[in-house]
Amino acid sequence: MSQKIPIIRMGRYLLVSIQVDMHDQLALQLQDDLTASIQKHGAQGVLIDISALDMVDSFIGRMISDISGMARILGARSVLVGMQPAVAITLVELGLSLPGVATALTVERGMALLERSDAPHE
Amino acid sequence: MSDATESPLRTENDIVLARQVVRRKAQEAGLSLVDQTKIVTAASELARNALIYGGGGVMISELVTNGLRRGLKLQFRDEGPGIPDLDLAMKDGWTSGTGLGMGLSGAKRLVNDFDIVTGPGRGTCVTITRWK
Repeated sequence: MSQKIPIIRMGRYLLVSIQVDMHDQLALQLQDDLTASIQKHGAQGVLIDISALDMVDSFIGRMISDISGMARILGARSVLVGMQPAVAITLVELGLSLPGVATALTVERGMALLERSDAPHE
Repeated sequence: MSDATESPLRTENDIVLARQVVRRKAQEAGLSLVDQTKIVTAASELARNALIYGGGGVMISELVTNGLRRGLKLQFRDEGPGIPDLDLAMKDGWTSGTGLGMGLSGAKRLVNDFDIVTGPGRGTCVTITRWK
């Protein structure tokens, strides 16, 4: 299985769009790749787009929380964008509300959130 | 209805394939998008349990009816060590492995019917149903 989730660099930010039904190893691989990319590019923010995911279980939920925490320790903010409503309902019922993970409805709003938090006067 | 399908749970990729089988059958059963997502997510948790803690197993999926109600019934079987303390395993946040401990208790909340038969040395069999 040599699948990989592409990480796209956009200026100071990185964009990850998860378009496949991830098996566990692929989720862990993404964690490694993304933290390496943050360091390599000195990224200040990460957008994780999950609009194509039709389910998030506790494993993927944990991966998302972990990525967010790791990015923060590396000096980058992360925003999770595009979660489908059915996925949000299910996640909360499952018992995961992703504390500490910034979220936005769309990539545009997520980007705006990153830019706001990057503003020099803050 | 006797269209039970057996899916192996031997590798991580089998969890992905099991999710796809459940999604397709949930659509066949006429479940709403939210209910489809709930049972697919529950299936993912239970399939992973069977693989990681049970050393692999099978998922049997079947469309069921109860009067006019239609639903999807899933059974996850493994021949692993079984769960010695079921009350403890059903608690939120309890895990013996690397998970978040939301697997069993979370899966139970996502479905209408939940049944588990387990014990030391007896393997584990979890049956869940989501009704339309």
